[in-house]
Amino acid sequence: MTDSYDGPILEIDSLSISFFTRLREIPAVMDFSVKVMPGEAVGLVGESGCGKSTVALGVMQDLGKNGRIVGGSIKFKGRDLGAMSQDELRKIRGSEIAMIYQEPMASLNPAMKIGRQLMEVPMIHRGSSEKEAYARALQVVTDVKLPDPKRILDAYPHQLSGGQQQRIVIAMALMAEPSLLILDEPTTALDVTVEAAVVELVKELGKKYGTSMLFISHNLGLVLETCDRLCVMYSGEAVERGSIKDVFDEMQHPYTQALFQSIPLPGADKNARPLRAIPGNFPLPHERPNGCNFGPRCDYFEAGRCDAGDIKMFDVPGNERHATRCLRFKEIDWQAPMEAGDTTRKSEPGRVVLKMDNLKKYYEVAANALFGKRGDTKVVKANETLSFEARESETLAIVGESGCGKSTFAKVLMGLETATDGQILLDNRNIEATPIEKRDTQTIADVQMVFQNPFDTLNPSMTVGRQIIRALEVFGVGKNDAERRERMLELLDLVKLPRAFAERMPRQLSGGQKQRVGIARAFAGNARIVVADEPVSALDVSVQAAVTDLLMEIQREQKTTLLFISHDLSIVRYLSDRVMVMYLGHVVELGTTDQVFSPPYHPYTEALLSAVPIADTRVTKKHIVLEGDIPSAMNPPPGCPFQTRCRWKSQVADGLCEREVPPLRQLGDGHQVKCHLSDADLASMEPVIQIAAE
Amino acid sequence: MAFFLLRRIATMLLTALCLTFIVFWLTNLAPNLEKLAKNQGNVRMTDEQVASFLQDRGYAQPLPLKYAQWLGVAPGWVIEGRDGTTRSRCNGALENGVLPEDARSFCGVLQGDWGYSTVFQDGVGSIIATRLGLTGKLMFWVMMVMVPGALIIGVLAGMREGSRTDRSLSTVSIITTATPEYVSGVVFIAVFASTAFGLRWFNGSATSAMENATFENFTLPVMTIALYGMGYIARMTRASMAEVMTAQYIRTARLKGVSFPNIVLKHALRNALIAPFTVIMLQFPWLLNGVVIVETLFNYKGFGWTLVQAAGNNDIELLLGVSVVSVFVVLITQLISDIGYVYLNPRISVS
Ligand SMILES: Nc1ncnc2c1ncn2[C@@H]1O[C@H](COP(=O)(O)OP(=O)(O)OP(=O)(O)O)[C@@H](O)[C@H]1O
Ligand code: SF4
Ligand code: SF4
Ligand SMILES: [Mg+2]
Repeated sequence: MTDSYDGPILEIDSLSISFFTRLREIPAVMDFSVKVMPGEAVGLVGESGCGKSTVALGVMQDLGKNGRIVGGSIKFKGRDLGAMSQDELRKIRGSEIAMIYQEPMASLNPAMKIGRQLMEVPMIHRGSSEKEAYARALQVVTDVKLPDPKRILDAYPHQLSGGQQQRIVIAMALMAEPSLLILDEPTTALDVTVEAAVVELVKELGKKYGTSMLFISHNLGLVLETCDRLCVMYSGEAVERGSIKDVFDEMQHPYTQALFQSIPLPGADKNARPLRAIPGNFPLPHERPNGCNFGPRCDYFEAGRCDAGDIKMFDVPGNERHATRCLRFKEIDWQAPMEAGDTTRKSEPGRVVLKMDNLKKYYEVAANALFGKRGDTKVVKANETLSFEARESETLAIVGESGCGKSTFAKVLMGLETATDGQILLDNRNIEATPIEKRDTQTIADVQMVFQNPFDTLNPSMTVGRQIIRALEVFGVGKNDAERRERMLELLDLVKLPRAFAERMPRQLSGGQKQRVGIARAFAGNARIVVADEPVSALDVSVQAAVTDLLMEIQREQKTTLLFISHDLSIVRYLSDRVMVMYLGHVVELGTTDQVFSPPYHPYTEALLSAVPIADTRVTKKHIVLEGDIPSAMNPPPGCPFQTRCRWKSQVADGLCEREVPPLRQLGDGHQVKCHLSDADLASMEPVIQIAAE
Repeated sequence: MAFFLLRRIATMLLTALCLTFIVFWLTNLAPNLEKLAKNQGNVRMTDEQVASFLQDRGYAQPLPLKYAQWLGVAPGWVIEGRDGTTRSRCNGALENGVLPEDARSFCGVLQGDWGYSTVFQDGVGSIIATRLGLTGKLMFWVMMVMVPGALIIGVLAGMREGSRTDRSLSTVSIITTATPEYVSGVVFIAVFASTAFGLRWFNGSATSAMENATFENFTLPVMTIALYGMGYIARMTRASMAEVMTAQYIRTARLKGVSFPNIVLKHALRNALIAPFTVIMLQFPWLLNGVVIVETLFNYKGFGWTLVQAAGNNDIELLLGVSVVSVFVVLITQLISDIGYVYLNPRISVS
């Protein structure tokens, strides 16, 4: 092997990739260059559809039937990958370049044991014997910190949790100690605390094996934590390239700047310092403008110059290997303070409209669905004694990872399920036992929901206007069709969609636009309580800000109570008044945003805060990595639900945490924590996130 | 697993009981019994003679009792007939009206006594055994041709979706499934076994194949059934294979450096076979349909042919025997299909 080689590991030079469809050629990547040096981790960030995955697959030379490299070259250790034969490529794939995909479950063969899938790699590339391959597999599985490696090698993929599967995928990529590892959104499908542990592992192994990495992500915070250098992509082009420090602190491209202004960093506040959404939409590959692709959305656009012709990458003088694709980068005052958006006054919460009292929701499930005996059922405690109040025009965030019971709670509130015990009081009326079919129109109109995935919730064969009018009919709004039509147009105004969209079909809308229609529908009957279940997590970063702001604005005008379900603490901190943290069906902490985000914390909140990546170089975080996975709700641990992963557990005397569920403790001013820790221990907690003085 | 098997077997028995009872009831309707009497006795019997004929042979007893006797849970009848002879269900006509010392009083299916075929004048048990054997031989060859053929066609077509191989193989599969056996059988006979085209390659009758199956006399019946099922299974396999080939884990394998033949054999095949496997097993009962048509068409005296004869002549006990066996064949294939599915698909485990 060319181990003596010491040039760049990967050198992509003016790469252009197109997909050929029946209608047209789609240029997915244009004039893209990047260099990865030995041992270096380079991040590739950009919004969905900007061509990140295409670059990765281009490197692997696996673009499918209709994709083709139409220009430029990709050199791996000085050898042109494009000029290699299939046989030569096969030798490199898996042994020298390995790739990790977004969905771990889908990238493991469901009908093959984990061990076999791992052993295959050295057996193909090194001609190892079964025994050697097995030994290597065992070692790598130990390296990725999986418990009980022997049992894991003998398991099928479906027997592992999502986090464990992702570790196996990483192990598979490392089997042959590749020189280059391409990671395409490796943690998007994982929970935050699991993500943090996986990222930690990738960093550590990268160091241990000296692997270079191309790390693809849409999350700037994650890139900050993992990479040395960064390349920002927009609409098929690299727009800015440089070291993490240069790009984060001295950005030289308006798109990068806009991106940073649209994500909730510490310090952003919905009233005093609102986010700035990037106006307009991402251009489709065949609808790109002349000249600068970002032109139509750029604040610094200069007609006659920016739209004149193709723009090259310019080196930024003074910085090392820092380049930008902007004609005006020297003229723009990058230090100018962010143009303040419309600041608003904080609205005061009104009277209590919704009250939960010891709400419980248990599901009975057959222990073994296919061959179980009768009576062999288990009880899953999806929600355990939930109590809280929500006031008019208040935003209450419900935070937690998968399986913590967030969505179950929403279902019970909506009447899609009925509660097992406890009560839900809407204006002092009990609604916990009334399923949605039996609720009166007013109650249904009052409690509405905005769903996570705008793609599944709209009827694909009905125009947008028709769908909103249907909702109005259901809620009994308007006396006749003309009135409802008028109201529908008003609703479109409310969610800032052009009135012409009434005639459009859902497929003609972008994700953010669809989500706006979903919001318009929820507010059709003047809803007073809106449950927003991860309303922006399926959307692109630049669109998230716009949708969030829209929700806030409508809330301010209509005095709605917003229950905002999310796992993203940054956005929660930005927009909520109070926060409720859930873990395995229990409310572990409840308080105002300030109380929850500063010590004393519940140990789980502390870990959650530490796990969330923050795209700000000034922030230093305390490093808390949780061991293991979230236990299954089918089989929760005895005592405190968090005891299997808690780092404070040893502070509590004689194993109380393992025996007894802690009581909900009042820490004053409505701050509640479910933990056995003594007051002294709680007081000794240090803040997790610290912002260095500017 | 034992529990699962037990439950399956219980279902099987229950189904068999219900089905045979229905057949029993149908064959014991008055007009059918009258036909039976006239067939066996004398075509010109008077109504009275018919009645006494039936009475003497136990047919006049209440239906549930007769059914219980057939099953072997009630003692068989002994009737002193109006014609003077005493007959017993288990021992036939008795000399001097006395049951022999060692005579059995129960003789039903449970005792292994399947009754007597009025058409073939032979024990039902032995008829079914030989006929089933013959059909077994036919089905064996059908399976030998159909399953590998269908899987190979399906895998080849699905492996590179949209290629020329795929398109031509898919067209062939569609044509074969769209042609029912009674059409393809007649066409085959006309083309390959008659003077119409002058291609007298094969025999149009498979009667001689019962003793000695050869390429000439067995090809046409086997192909007629096999082709019909083949197209269907091939299309299932193709769809399943094509889907598997676009799966993320196939891409993972490719990017791991696995060669194309190994991707198909080691990674894709098992996953692609899960869906068609169930279809193959569920095809079985449908193939029995085809067996009836093809055996009659080619005059191959197997199980299907026997069924036609028994039904045509209201041969009660033979029909009953045939029904019981059919139920078991169908349900056993389903059982095999479930077990095989569990084996192929690690995501379902029988604990
Ligand atoms: N096989 C294909 N045929 C046609 N167009 C394609 C194909 N694959 C990708 N594209 C197009 O190429 C462009 C870039 O897609 P790509 O998947 O690289 O984006 P991405 O940045 O990885 O997005 P995401 O963050 O959603 O993964 C998109 O406009 C996409 O629609
Ligand atoms: S080239 Fe012009 S339009 Fe493009 S980013 Fe720079 S200033 Fe904006
Ligand atoms: S009760 Fe014990 S285990 Fe649970 S969070 Fe508190 S310290 Fe940790
Ligand atoms: Mg992608």
